[in-house]
Amino acid sequence: MANKLIVAPAPHVQSDRSTALIMRDVVIALIPALAVSTYVFGVDVLFVTAVSVLACVLFEYLIQKFLVGGALTINNWSAVVTGVLLAFNLPASIPWWIVVIGALVSIGIAKMTFGGIGKNPFNPALVGRVFLLLAYPVQMTSFPTVEGCDALSGATMLAAVKQGAVGFDALGIQNLLIGTMPGSMGEVAALALLLGFVYLLWRKVITWHIPVTILGTMAVFAFLVALTRGGGALLWQMPLFHVLAGGALLGSIYMATDYSSSPMTVKGGVIFAFGIGVITMLIRLWGAYPEGMSFAILIMNSVVPLINKYVKPKRFGVK
Amino acid sequence: MRTFPIGGVHPSANKLSAGKPIEVLPLPDVVNIPLGQHIGAPAVAKVAKGDKVLTGQLIAEAGGFMSANIHSPISGTVTAVGPQVNAQGLRQPMITIKREGDDWVETIDRSETLIKECTLDSKQIIEKIKAAGIVGMGGATFPTHVKLSIPPGKKAEILIINGVECEPYLTSDHRTMLERGEELLVGVTILMKAINVTHAVIGIENNKPDAIAHLQKLATGYKGVEVMPLQVRYPQGGEKQLIAAVTGRQVPPPPALPIDVGAVVCNASTTVAVYEAVQKNKPLIERVVTITGKSVKNPRNLRTRMGTPISMLLEAGGGIPENTGKIINGGPMMGRAMVNLESPVTKGCSGITVMSGKDAVRREPSQCIKCAKCVAACPMGLEPYLMAKLAQKHGWDSLEENMITSCIECGCCQSSCPSYLPLLDWVRLGKQTVMGRIRARAAAAKAKAEAAKAAEAEAKK
Repeated sequence: MANKLIVAPAPHVQSDRSTALIMRDVVIALIPALAVSTYVFGVDVLFVTAVSVLACVLFEYLIQKFLVGGALTINNWSAVVTGVLLAFNLPASIPWWIVVIGALVSIGIAKMTFGGIGKNPFNPALVGRVFLLLAYPVQMTSFPTVEGCDALSGATMLAAVKQGAVGFDALGIQNLLIGTMPGSMGEVAALALLLGFVYLLWRKVITWHIPVTILGTMAVFAFLVALTRGGGALLWQMPLFHVLAGGALLGSIYMATDYSSSPMTVKGGVIFAFGIGVITMLIRLWGAYPEGMSFAILIMNSVVPLINKYVKPKRFGVK
Repeated sequence: MRTFPIGGVHPSANKLSAGKPIEVLPLPDVVNIPLGQHIGAPAVAKVAKGDKVLTGQLIAEAGGFMSANIHSPISGTVTAVGPQVNAQGLRQPMITIKREGDDWVETIDRSETLIKECTLDSKQIIEKIKAAGIVGMGGATFPTHVKLSIPPGKKAEILIINGVECEPYLTSDHRTMLERGEELLVGVTILMKAINVTHAVIGIENNKPDAIAHLQKLATGYKGVEVMPLQVRYPQGGEKQLIAAVTGRQVPPPPALPIDVGAVVCNASTTVAVYEAVQKNKPLIERVVTITGKSVKNPRNLRTRMGTPISMLLEAGGGIPENTGKIINGGPMMGRAMVNLESPVTKGCSGITVMSGKDAVRREPSQCIKCAKCVAACPMGLEPYLMAKLAQKHGWDSLEENMITSCIECGCCQSSCPSYLPLLDWVRLGKQTVMGRIRARAAAAKAKAEAAKAAEAEAKK
């Protein structure tokens, strides 16, 4: 001891889980889905993901270095998470320059404009995706064909069913679970995404409330609609289909749980998640788009400040 | 197994000295006794320089109802009564006594014989506890006689003995429960009599199975006393958390007190001190202090006289380790980092924790990522991230609406923050400011009412 003592107020214990470790855990949780996606769509997946991650990290670095100043945050892994999630929302066949534009919108507009990590009101990866969907609708909805899914001819299951081209049972349950079907790179691999969910729960990165509420709301919604459409096998086919097809799992587990664009309380999170589930189903069943997850999350993102203001945690000693 | 309803964290327990029986620390040559070592008004010195005192003799008298007597922990000569530097580096009035032998006041029974029978009534018991200068020894140092004096219109229904010791590292209550179980239980029956209840629960966290088993065995001989194992979760030793864990009742926000839900809580070591005061006439002049830390050579539990310089405890632990960064009076969650190692052991000092190297240094904070871990961790159901932000922006009214005065400063929020933000620093600042504003408002309202009354009286004339 150099005859000097450190003095600071309590507590004298700090978390062993830094921001960087939490973000790295999210990346680890996404690796199984990345692997399955590579198996289904080929090495294009790795290329698109690499471009997206590199572009996101580079844009964050450049913006901090030359525009906004302040401490560099690229070492906290959050730009990597955004990069992987953006890539997961794109078709594997997307041209690389569109990916770069998406990364610029995600990091430049949706994240850094608001002050960087923790301050973005909307999920950055989804803002990037929706921008690309509106700007490059053709490239964004052309999916590589997948062996064994000829009936779909490159459309996603959600789109094919919506157009009435095929029924809910066009693909077997194993296709839906494993992910051998056309779609965005990261959304198809249901089992792999669930595996990542278990990892995130185990590492206490997220709690189960938001994903389970979204998926539960969607399943119940689909069940009720199935009732009005004659019931029968539809009663289980339709809920199962809506939970497994499209971006329901990717969105509910990895996008709706984004820290800064989701509510701060469990109760608030449940309200937020319920809204996402309902809006997603409204768009899927009666909207112009086959998939509504991204829009639903972004719409509910905008309600989060209001939820945080009015939905307070259960205070100790207050009935 | 029961626990409290909201929030909480699981810091590493690090109970390094749990297996070390209580040993007696040699007597110090000189002691410094602060006059303010309890919540409330400081005591008033009753001795002057040059006075001879005996061990256990009253040297300072309670300075009001909310205050406590102080007794000499050694025999010798008073060499000074005046300001000395305390553990936090501030000057504070203290009585300095130079030791000459160890001659005790005659009325104190120093034998080991257990005296179970207590024929005193409630009032006499409380009077004796007050005379002995007993305060909460878990760290809060709330005068025990005040706690036991049930205000008119309220009724105590249950006595809860706090044997939780949820603070990491500390083991003084644990060892006391193990080694002085009978005295503890007699203390419990005395306290039950003092507040006139028939049911007492000793709450102990499940990481001390030996203490639970030991007291459960002994408790069969004491009517109405139950030992309740509790789930391990910090801050279960907080008064409100413990009451909720044991009874399921939540104390309403301040100014409500535990008695509003019929509960009186007393720390385990304090209960043994109550036994000694009532049955043995022994004032609170010594306590068990844990000297601990990962780098401490010999972590142990030492029966220490009040006023002993903390440097003596560090010596007894094997000296100040290399690479020491912080020395904490108390445990790492709520203890206070010390400036002055010559400062004395006081009634609320349950342990000295040494932190070294990286553990002692706060990590660089980064931007809040809104992970909500602080909200989930808060045992009072508050929003630490919001309170910290509001305190920075001086949003005092908003802080009051968000119930900042309910904060118990347990540190769960800050210790779970992945961005290493000094949340509790800001919350403390906000809480103190808001409490000051509430007091000022009350004073202004009172002054206004008095002025109106005076004006009315004037008008009548």
